[in-house]
Amino acid sequence: MSELSLNDVGYDAEEPPLLQVSRLCKRFGPQIVCADVSFALWPGEVLGVVGESGSGKTTLLNCVSTRLEPDSGRIEFRLRDGRIAQLSEMSEPARRMLMRTDWGFVHQNPRDGLRLGLSAGANIGERLMEVGSRHYGEIRGAAADWLAKVEIEIDRIDDPPRVFSGGMQQRLQIARNLVSRPRIVLMDEPTGGLDVSVQARLLDLLRGLCTELGLAALVVTHDLGVARLLAHRLMVMQGGAIVEAGLTDQVLDDPQHPYTQLLVASMLQ
Amino acid sequence: MSEQLRAIGLVKTFTLHNQGGLRLPVLAGIDLAVAAGECVALHGPSGVGKSTLLRALYGNYLVTRGHILVRHDDQVIDVSTAPPHLVLEVRQRTMGFVSQFLRVIPRIATLDLVAEPLRRLGVDAAAARERAGRLLDRLAIPRRLWELPPANFSGGEQQRVNIARGLVAEYPILLLDEPTAALDSANRDAVAELIDAARRSGAAIIGIFHDRAVREAVGTRIVEIPSAGVVA
Amino acid sequence: MSNTDANTSTGYNFAYLDEQTKRMIRRAILKAVAIPGYQVPFASREMPLPYGWGTGGIQVTASIIGPDDTLKVIDQGADDTTNAVSIRRFFERTAGTATTERTTEASLIQTRHRIPETPLREHQIIVYQVPIPEPLRWVEPREAETRKMHALAEYGAMYVRLYEDIAQFGHITTTYDYPVMVDGRYLMRPSPIPKFDNPKMDMNPALQLFGAGREKRIYAVPPYTSVESLDFADHPFTIERWEQSCEICGSRDSFLDEVITDDRGTRVFVCSDTDHCRQRGAAKAAE
Repeated sequence: MSELSLNDVGYDAEEPPLLQVSRLCKRFGPQIVCADVSFALWPGEVLGVVGESGSGKTTLLNCVSTRLEPDSGRIEFRLRDGRIAQLSEMSEPARRMLMRTDWGFVHQNPRDGLRLGLSAGANIGERLMEVGSRHYGEIRGAAADWLAKVEIEIDRIDDPPRVFSGGMQQRLQIARNLVSRPRIVLMDEPTGGLDVSVQARLLDLLRGLCTELGLAALVVTHDLGVARLLAHRLMVMQGGAIVEAGLTDQVLDDPQHPYTQLLVASMLQ
Repeated sequence: MSEQLRAIGLVKTFTLHNQGGLRLPVLAGIDLAVAAGECVALHGPSGVGKSTLLRALYGNYLVTRGHILVRHDDQVIDVSTAPPHLVLEVRQRTMGFVSQFLRVIPRIATLDLVAEPLRRLGVDAAAARERAGRLLDRLAIPRRLWELPPANFSGGEQQRVNIARGLVAEYPILLLDEPTAALDSANRDAVAELIDAARRSGAAIIGIFHDRAVREAVGTRIVEIPSAGVVA
Repeated sequence: MSNTDANTSTGYNFAYLDEQTKRMIRRAILKAVAIPGYQVPFASREMPLPYGWGTGGIQVTASIIGPDDTLKVIDQGADDTTNAVSIRRFFERTAGTATTERTTEASLIQTRHRIPETPLREHQIIVYQVPIPEPLRWVEPREAETRKMHALAEYGAMYVRLYEDIAQFGHITTTYDYPVMVDGRYLMRPSPIPKFDNPKMDMNPALQLFGAGREKRIYAVPPYTSVESLDFADHPFTIERWEQSCEICGSRDSFLDEVITDDRGTRVFVCSDTDHCRQRGAAKAAE
């Protein structure tokens, strides 16, 4: 019988991460909102960021997505061709193109992430047209496919999202982001503000899509239930710093940090 | 047959910061090794830490000290120090865990819930659902329930779904926490048969079996878990 | 440079604008020609007619017209509409240059809303009057953002507009001021000419200048530059066609205006380009 021994422990070379954030700092005046935040995100994994209001999690998301400029720190992203790009050093055209193709951003309020006056089909097709798609039939076909994927009826394809329910708007926002097959999606409280049953449906959809498409995602949420359902790994933020990180089930079932223990104990069952 | 899992000097102490830093020692130095084809039955009084040990082996609990060596593909992984995504990989392909309670995910049909571990391994939907169905049949879950989410099933039905989900992917290592607790005798026997079949085809199994009959039917070795404060 | 005959009596400089202003506008024109389709901001001057009446076109014409030029001015294709007559008279008074109604004789043509049917030649210049120069204004009201979109060639939004048309109406409904891509790089509004005229802009031997007075922008299409109307591969750009022919000259391939002739709804179709119609009519009579 071959025994296992500590000496045998060894790991294959790790696949490099898709996103590497190093020592990110962001201040608003004298207030430190993100303090020396570092983490990595691998392809196909969902990383949750939980914390209460004021924890800095939304600011972190906005810095990573380049909506806000951090005061210091590095954000490195592995491009499709394998090269590492430092986001702050990218030219603006390159960065804008990246955000429109390889990255997605799902806003908490779908109205911030949709063109309310355009039809659902146009909302989904826009990214395709931005990168040169010039066949109406194909664009419309892709839009219809995605409506089906996010469980919106096809006959709504020409309706403007202004007349959709909140849950439908959110699902449309997701389709609009995913049509360009991004490798990473940032989500800011994707189920915030939705009715509970609608939340369940949306989470189910997100879970399925992340798995099916091998998406890497950074999901900011204050809801531990959402984190447990969606995230493989979890980071807990308090006062701008990451106080604990690990596998989602481990952080929630065996929290080490006092703040995490408090959060978990406060969860409504 | 080769060792699949070896725990070395596992210590687990819980620190409850919100109760003034109260420390609860639960495991005080556990050594345990399981080989392929073995089924180790953990034994000890209630509350002694059997569940804690299983969860620690799975990486669900962090150990305070010690190592958990697992044979994963052709490597040896230490769960206590491995990076999270590697632990996830181990859970995906090598080590399965059947908990006491089924975690219900809203809106997912029973058949798909059971098929999910196979889907994650890359098995196509039809084949995964077919294998899941066969297990559900063996566990006497009626077909009319397959397309329903298990939220409103009875405790026994939920537990059987849980077991199906844990066994469907044929992991080399299986961790079972009271798999037959909520079952009647007929179903208990069916489950015991499935566990034994898994062992005979080479799985290394560690389980907590409250029921003596099941313990004797599936276990090849008993390991006593001492209460913390007594070093094994 | 001054012209003693016409101007000293009226008290205006040649072609109304002072020389420094003309130089400023010519610098803008040079930039525009160097970057086909790109909107160059310029310091639009107060002109003796209100905004919306062609102040941009007039400033461009005034900056480049010389005593040896022959000017043609048309409005909706006709030389004899009020605006065309007024503008032509303006330049007769302030520049004293020769004017004509014949496209073939003009060295400089100022136009509102049409391109002449007669093909233009090298060394001719056509000046378009432009109300709104920015093609992306409908989707993005912020000037800072549209400038960025042009700089980065982010033109998806324009195609989205066309997509919406097809989704809603089955075809692209824009029939005038139809957006074009100039030299494969800049998205441009050709001014409210009917889409019928868009193909004339492509690889035209003449220099095409565009002036927007109220919006203070000048842009240009140099000779022999590609100008493509936007479309989809499966919904290609098409121009208007009529079943009728011109009532006066019989033309079957010019842009026709529909004219109501009595109060019982009788209508006839005539060429919008009056010079073209007249030339054709004269040629037919000579046969």
